[in-house]
Amino acid sequence: MEAVEKHTGKVYPLNRDNVDTDQIIPKQFLKRIERTGFGQFLFYNWRFDDDGSLRHDFDLDNEKYEGASVMVAGENFGCGSSREHAPWSLLDFGFKVIIAPSFADIFYSNALKNGIIVIEADKDKVDEWQDKAQSGDFQLSVDLVEQTVTADGEVYKFDIPSYHKEKLINGWDDISLTLQLEDKINQYEESGRMGIS
Amino acid sequence: MAEKKTIIEKIWEDHVVHRDEGQPDLIYIDQHLVHEVTSPQAFEGLRLAGRKVRRPDLTFATMDHNVPTKDRENVKDEISAKQMDALKKNCADFGVKLADMFHPDQGIVHIIGPQLGLTQPGKTIVCGDSHTSTHGAFGALAFGIGTSEVEHVLATQTLYGDRPKTMNVKVNGPLGAGVTAKDLILAIIAKFGVKFGTGYVVEYTGEAVQSLSMEGRMTVCNMSIEGGARAGLISPDEKTVDFLTGRRYVPKEEEAFRAISEKWLSYATDEGAAYDKTIEIDATEIEPQVSWGTNPGMVVPISGATPSVDAVDNKDEITRALSYMDLTENQPITSIEIDHVFIGSCTNSRVPDLKNAAEIIKGKKVKDGIKAIVVPGSFLVKSEAEELGLDKIFKEAGFEWRDAGCSACLGMNDDIIPAGGRCASTSNRNFEGRQGNGARTHLVSPEMAAAAAIEGRFVDVRSYTTEEKIS
Ligand code: SF4
Repeated sequence: MEAVEKHTGKVYPLNRDNVDTDQIIPKQFLKRIERTGFGQFLFYNWRFDDDGSLRHDFDLDNEKYEGASVMVAGENFGCGSSREHAPWSLLDFGFKVIIAPSFADIFYSNALKNGIIVIEADKDKVDEWQDKAQSGDFQLSVDLVEQTVTADGEVYKFDIPSYHKEKLINGWDDISLTLQLEDKINQYEESGRMGIS
Repeated sequence: MAEKKTIIEKIWEDHVVHRDEGQPDLIYIDQHLVHEVTSPQAFEGLRLAGRKVRRPDLTFATMDHNVPTKDRENVKDEISAKQMDALKKNCADFGVKLADMFHPDQGIVHIIGPQLGLTQPGKTIVCGDSHTSTHGAFGALAFGIGTSEVEHVLATQTLYGDRPKTMNVKVNGPLGAGVTAKDLILAIIAKFGVKFGTGYVVEYTGEAVQSLSMEGRMTVCNMSIEGGARAGLISPDEKTVDFLTGRRYVPKEEEAFRAISEKWLSYATDEGAAYDKTIEIDATEIEPQVSWGTNPGMVVPISGATPSVDAVDNKDEITRALSYMDLTENQPITSIEIDHVFIGSCTNSRVPDLKNAAEIIKGKKVKDGIKAIVVPGSFLVKSEAEELGLDKIFKEAGFEWRDAGCSACLGMNDDIIPAGGRCASTSNRNFEGRQGNGARTHLVSPEMAAAAAIEGRFVDVRSYTTEEKIS
């Protein structure tokens, strides 16, 4: 995982609540056995008609949002299945930061594991940023170390559990960290506390 | 006196491998279930880093999401075939047991775990699948994980996690006749919303929950994630022990079995233990439920109607859902006509589910123009159902009787509901496009799905006359 401390980018507003992972990446694209190349399928059924032509009732592909790397989304973002293909597709499409009033648990941890900065922000702020982003040239700057989002010179402080922050900033890989605790795992296994049969 | 604890705290504390203040706990995983869709990138990660599977003996794999439910010999979709081949190779390379498409143990991962006795009270169980909460019915702490975590468990047999917040979902009073476990969980999500459980592990308690069969408990725990809870469980009791008796991975020898069942029961929540939060629902008021919209909280009783946009706060969301579902405001549920019926999925594809549906169907015919399929949850379910003659009842009524898999629950194989199609489905998700791009899903119990197949629209199954019970 790449280390990340700061990010500034154009905002794409997704003004919908309860966006589920079936919408983020529909099932027909879960058959690939690689981790890459999922960006083209992001929100596929909202973006494209059956024949592959662009739909006009969803604005992710609107020119004004080209290059957006910060998504400001609605409540309970990422609910539904545990598919990590959802953060893979968001990241591959170019989103480095996702801000929402609330996230579904599994999505939140999957996103962090891929180095996406996920920020829970107050609903009022989210609404304000979504409104401003309609213009297509609204930028946000995120500073993980300071735990701030800066927009139009205004600074907003956010909370994030310190261990998540540390992992993102250092780009740590969980497995290598855990393998340093191998003795403890051995001890646990030998203790007979585990496992039942 | 010892501190009173919930089952959630007992299991968690028993599995802490390492704890640093201010950091998430490292917990041990007793059972890792694996399927073809969320595992290939994890095995590839191991390969690239030159790592092994730490405990292949605690890992069990099957194929369920992609498998065809007929003509299994020729998988038409090349990418599906590739994904299944990858699982085969990965399991062979890393020494993991696999029930592949043709194996008698094959089935939906959450159906076979309990059947084989891999699912047991007090265990921590994970799978790269959000419906892993199903196993909570046995008093296991079971939850879905992403592919990075799958890799972490393969490599270390552990996971990081915060000590869970606990929630008691207390169901007061008994369920009425003809009201099922599915109606109960749909009613809970309808009442408390699709994120009431976010950040919590929920325990279901109360009379109605205790009275449920193990299969009914699995149906309830299965849909915990639809209420936002990563895990949902039920304290083990004698029913739990009975269900597990004699299962393949459960000790057979009398003394050993007695010892383990005592240990299982010791995990049950202590009387008077405190939860971080408690919510309550009255079971006696619950009717058969039908989802009308595009998330599992958009559910009303069979006597109800779609909402009126004026009466709700989330006008945009409701309007979009009504439009996607091609329904109008205030439309009575009994006026909704369907053209597809799917009985299956990890929510409702066990023997009693199929039997209850068959009792409704027996001697009747699926209405003209309706395509109806039954997909047993596993090969074992299929053969047990066939011993009861259920296959004949379904086929005579005009249902197709298929092989085991996830099937039209998510349509990764050929079992797809066409665009504009409307399906009465016993599965767990009614998201847009879930069963096929443009398809419309109504979540119901197997009994309600069966009655809808005959009538061509939703009817109150409680007023439905059935010929006779199947014994
Ligand atoms: S039956 Fe449906 S919900 Fe269950 S594991 Fe399969 S795809 Fe997921």
